[in-house]
Amino acid sequence: MKVLYFAWLRDRVGTGEETIERPADVATVGDLMAWLAGRSEGHARAFADPALVRCAVDQDFAGLDAALDGAAEVAFFPPVTGG
Amino acid sequence: MIRVQTEPFDVGAEIGAFCRAGGSSGGSTGGSVGASIGGVATFVGLVRDHRGDTSEDAVPLQALTLEHYPGMTERQLERIEAEARRRWDLRDVLVIHRYGRMEPEEPIVLVCTAAAHRGPALQSCQFLIDWLKTRAPFWKCEETPDGAHWVEARDTDEAATARWEESLP
Repeated sequence: MKVLYFAWLRDRVGTGEETIERPADVATVGDLMAWLAGRSEGHARAFADPALVRCAVDQDFAGLDAALDGAAEVAFFPPVTGG
Repeated sequence: MIRVQTEPFDVGAEIGAFCRAGGSSGGSTGGSVGASIGGVATFVGLVRDHRGDTSEDAVPLQALTLEHYPGMTERQLERIEAEARRRWDLRDVLVIHRYGRMEPEEPIVLVCTAAAHRGPALQSCQFLIDWLKTRAPFWKCEETPDGAHWVEARDTDEAATARWEESLP
């Protein structure tokens, strides 16, 4: 599965994209955030306050409860600030 | 029509072309669709030369860099356009949104809407920019004398979007 990071999440993780093997017990977006947070110090800092993190699964906004079955691309980013 | 690009655009030329195109991409009736447009509304978002809204907390801004999520950005903007067309009888819609580095006074975003009368044009234009600010995956990073800072989302932007959930035309 491809995991993307944008804005300050990318700065903290240290990369904009990584490919992971999702463990079987990582079933939802919330599970994935908790699992990713354990990968490195940078990941831990990126996910330190989950309330500040937004997610998209296969390019659609998704909540913490969203299932990851069949997902190919998950992105994490702060609340958007365009316009 | 949705355009996501790094290049600056000429605001006057874009609006002029939009008016002349006369709803060519949005009209469902045949013939001289252009002549059926009675109103065009536009919103232009520009890079400011400072951040902060009062003189006390103003910090000079050297440049702004917009990052986006290629693919999802276009998808979200197309959805937002489709939602505007569902709510109002629009003859044409144009949204241009830039990404990359830009300096004060440069345009960031242009929204144009064309309708038979002013009401739908003005309302849908505000709807589009309000929705875009909370639903299109762009992030602003400000360059100031003390370094680069990611802009935080504002509650007032969420409130502006939420307003449209309640008031359907």
